[in-house]
Formats: sequence, structure tokens, C-alpha cells
Amino acid sequence: MQTRAPSSSSPWLLDVQGLRTWFHTRRGVVKAVDGVSLQLKQGEILGLVGESGSGKTITGFSLMNLVDKPGRIRADRLFFDGRELQALSAKEYRALRGHEMAMIFQDPMMTLNPVLRVDTQMIETVQAHEQVSRSAARARCIEMLVKVGIPAPAERMSVYPHHLSGGMRQRIAIAIALLNSPKLIIADEPTTALDVTIQGQILYEVQKLCRETGTALIWITHDLALVSGLADRLAVMYAGRIVETAPTADIIRAAQHAYTHGLMASIPTFDTRGKSLFQIPGSTPSPLNMPEGCPFRTRCYRATPQCVEEPLFEMVAPAHGVSCWHRGVET
Amino acid sequence: MLSSIVRRLLQTIGVVLVMSALVFAALYLVGDPVSMLASPEATDAERELIRRSLGLDLPLWRQYLIFLNKALVHLDFGNSFLTGEPAIRLILDRMPATLELATAAMFFALLIGVPLGIYAGLKPESFGSRSVMTGSVLGFSLPNFWVGLMLIMVFAVFLHWLPAGGRGPAEAFGPVRLSVFSWEGWRSLLLPVATIAIAKCALIIRVTRAATRECLPLDYIKFARARGLSERRVLGVHLLKNILIPIITIAGLEYGQVFAFAVVTESVFSWPGIGKLLIDSIITLDRPVVVAYLMLTVVFLSALNLLVDIVYTILDPRVQSKAGA
Repeated sequence: MQTRAPSSSSPWLLDVQGLRTWFHTRRGVVKAVDGVSLQLKQGEILGLVGESGSGKTITGFSLMNLVDKPGRIRADRLFFDGRELQALSAKEYRALRGHEMAMIFQDPMMTLNPVLRVDTQMIETVQAHEQVSRSAARARCIEMLVKVGIPAPAERMSVYPHHLSGGMRQRIAIAIALLNSPKLIIADEPTTALDVTIQGQILYEVQKLCRETGTALIWITHDLALVSGLADRLAVMYAGRIVETAPTADIIRAAQHAYTHGLMASIPTFDTRGKSLFQIPGSTPSPLNMPEGCPFRTRCYRATPQCVEEPLFEMVAPAHGVSCWHRGVET
Repeated sequence: MLSSIVRRLLQTIGVVLVMSALVFAALYLVGDPVSMLASPEATDAERELIRRSLGLDLPLWRQYLIFLNKALVHLDFGNSFLTGEPAIRLILDRMPATLELATAAMFFALLIGVPLGIYAGLKPESFGSRSVMTGSVLGFSLPNFWVGLMLIMVFAVFLHWLPAGGRGPAEAFGPVRLSVFSWEGWRSLLLPVATIAIAKCALIIRVTRAATRECLPLDYIKFARARGLSERRVLGVHLLKNILIPIITIAGLEYGQVFAFAVVTESVFSWPGIGKLLIDSIITLDRPVVVAYLMLTVVFLSALNLLVDIVYTILDPRVQSKAGA
């Protein structure tokens, strides 16, 4: 994660270094995202995992430049597809959103405008980025609805969102995200609000479509078990930082950070059946009152006085980075 | 959708019938018309004759049905005690004046109020929007008659720009006479319209701002932005179509209010509308006119509510399917 390739011949589709999204409120500065670094190759699927309040959603919104005031986004480096995103004008960013970088939201009940028909919302997404006729745009929308597994797409197009189930709406949101063949999709817990059976379908569908089209995907979730079956690589977020990142298999086999251990231990398995499930003690610290040094030290069983100092992010293997003074596999 | 409109229409008819019964009952309770019509020296036999000729000897329910038949079918509310003209004619003569006053006032209130409200909702912290909100507090706390008098003072008395009262020349469109199609007509219309519009505009600003602030942080607005839609489309379509629902509701209610209770403004500007007619009729105890006024106002307000409901179903598809279910 520390190696920085020159931008021109960069292998990375997305190269983020030191992303900081701070909210300057009256009560103080809320550092929702505080030094996140991410790198993503074309077509790669990254699972961004963390508890609620760890800043994973804000990270997604920061990449889309959709953070509401009083939030401010800064980064040492925010390269996407060979361009520095921080240098883009508002207009250029708008042209990028929904075209090269798309997003899927958490709650499908809320993402579609309730007073506009599905076709209106789909066609306007095409026409916002391309000069195409309504009928051509409509044809493309129907094609996309077929791809995400919606039966009778032409009829679904002409109804209002409240006529559709949550799973159906999320499929439409996914179809909308895919409409303009983006290079990157940021999916913010898109299955959390759905039934388990629908969850599996959506997950499978998204994975398949991304593989087919070569679209890179950042799958934001709190569900490590779910995302480990999907992602090529995982990044574990805690209190606005990435504490560990590695290929999925490496995390499963040899996680180094105590927080990652905790997350994995709290997944129910057959072995833990009937026993009380492991819990990470305490809760995420208030963003207004972060502990000094390692933010996890107040909940960490390995913590020592050394943890008051900021841990360095170090590579333990070629693609495996950890930010912890006492890293190591679980004993 | 059609079935919900038909159902609402039936409800509206029900409301009108109930109101007619109330108006009739109130009238029946208030004094004896015979004593007002007959000369003080009339004998009991003469009084009985009048009573019979007016149909007052009939049972109450018959009287009500006759009233209903005349009022609703023939639009006959009797003749004005004062002028002898049919009461309905007096009302219909005056109604266009009030209608154009109320319509113009609501039109300007919406035209100015909605954009200002959206602006104030988008940038709640800015100096501009704070000024707008402060102004709006002033707008609806100042009493109507005072605003009217001040406008007369400034624009009619000191500046001599606009007439202090009365209605400009009105052109006839069939039975309806309107003054909104001439410059002279507008000159007279401007001050009373401003008087009403200032208060209503303030209200619209506040409703719009609240709706905007409620709507903006919702996911679908953010999703619209995430799709790369232009800001104009996000605000002009996605936001506006959602906030129009509360705005139309309030605007409909207020429009009815302005129409039915423009009395104060009409008196200040001696505007020949039905509000002024009502006050005059009450003072002279001209009962047929008062009855005709009440019934027409009820019909008008019910029709307005029906219209708002229909617009509502068009704007919010969720209402439609709930009503149809």
C-alpha cells in the first residue's frame, strides 16, 4: 500500500492516499474519515468492512464528492482513471458521477424518487451523460433491467417505485448504476435492507455483472462473512482509518490486527453453535473524542502503553498491510 | 384514479348538502321574517296571509326541500331586501372582482414565495436566506389592514403612482366582468393584491423552506446527484415535485381563505368584491344576500378542495394507489 507508482503508467484504477473527510461542527472537528488509503485495479472487487460509524459510508461519498456540508474532503492523492479528482471542477465531477463512477445506496426504499416513474429516472440517467434519443435510452434501460434479472422489464419501467418490492427496487438501482458502463461502482451495503434470499441473489447478480463488464467494485459492508465470498481484497476500517488490508484469503487465514480478529470471531459458525458469540468489548469511540494514538487501543486486548503513539501502517506481506504495534496472527 | 375522483365528488356534494341544512337552520332560528316584512300596523290576519304566501306555515322539512330545490336547482335565493334584485345576481356581479383579487394575490405569492423558500432551504446559513426568513416573519405578523393603509399612504398619497381604492375599468367576458386585462385595471388591482400577497407569500416561503430542508437530505436527492444529473434537474424536478405536495395543500387552503375572507382588504381599498357586499348586507340585514353568499362560498371552497385533491393525486402517485386499494 505504500508503493506509489507514477500516475501515467499507474496500474491502479483508483489510487487514494491519505483521504481525510472532516466535518467542522460547532462542537469540534469530526474526523469521519482520517487518512484512508485505497488502491483498486480495474475489475477488482474490494470489500470495505467496518462497524457502523467507522466512516466507510463517508469514504464512499467522499469518492463521489457527495459529502454534505460542513464536511470537507482532502487527500494527498485522489487519482481515478489517471485523473486527479481534487482538480476537477464541479461540472466535471458531475459528468463523472453516474458515468464513470456510480453508486448504489443502502436502502432501496429511499433511493428512487417516489413521485417519478421508473422510466423517467432511468432515462434521465442516460441522457444526463449522452446525447441519445428517448427511445434509444429506453431500449438501453430495458436491456439493463433484463441483465439484473427483472421479469417483464417494459412493464416495470412504467410504474412508480412504490409498486415494487425492495428487492426489485434495489435491482433497478443497480441497473441504473450500470446504465452508463461505469469503471467503478461503489455499493454501500446494498443488501442490508433486504431479505436473506434476495441478498444472495443480488450479491450473485452484482458479482456476475462486474466480472462480465470488467467493472471495479467497492462493496461497503459490516458483514465480513458476506463480503469474504465476494471480494478479491478486503480493507478493514475502524474509526475513520484502514487498519488492515489484504487479499481476502490472507485475511481469513492470517489476519494481523486485533480488530480484524474480533470481527471474524463475531461471525457465527457451526463451532459457536449454542455458545454465546464473541463480542468486541465496548463500542466505537465518539468521533469528537478519539483516543490518542491507535483508536482501537481502548477496546484491544493487546494494548500496551506504546499504543498511545500512532501505529505505522506497515506491509507484512506484498499485498498485506496492517496498522498495529502488536500485529500478529491470533494465538 | 377516476373512481377516487368520483368518490371525492360525492363527498363534496354531501358537504354542500350538510352546509345547506346548517345555513337553513341558522336562518330559521334567527328571528321571524314576517315581522321584518310586514308593516308594524298589520293585523294578525294580514300577518297570517304573508306567512302563508311565503310558505312559512309549511312543516320545516317541506320548507327546507323548497329552499333546496330553489337554491340548488334554480339558483334562486330570493331577492335582496334592499335593491329587489335577485340575490344571486348581486353575488355573481361581485364575485369576479374578488376572484381576480384572490387569484392574482395567490399567483404572486407562489411566484415569489416558492423560489425564495427553496433558496432559503438550500442555504439556511447564508445572509440572504436569513434576511428572507426575517422578512417573512414580518410579512405574516403585520396586520392586513395596516399593510393596506401603509401601501395607500406611500403609493397613492405620497407618490401618486396608484389609485387609493376602487376597481379599474372591467371588460365583459360573457356574464363575467374582469379588470385584469387592462393596464388601468392592474393599476387599481396592484395595491390590494400586494396587501394580500405579502402575508401569503410569507407563509409560502416558510412552508417551502421547511419542505425543502426536509427533502434535501433524503436518499433519492443524493442518488439523483450520484447519477450525475444536473443541479437544475435535481432541484427543478426531483426536489420540486416532492415539495409541491405540501405547498399545493397550503396554497389551496389559503386561496379559499383569501376568497372567502377578503373582507378586510376589500374594505380598506373599497374593492367592490363579495367580501364588501357581505359586510354591507349584514349591516342592512339583507338575508337573501347573506344566504346566497354563504351557499356560494361553501360550493366554491368545496370545489377548491376537490381540485386540490385531484392535483394531489397527480403529484403524488402513492395517494392514488392508496385511494384505489
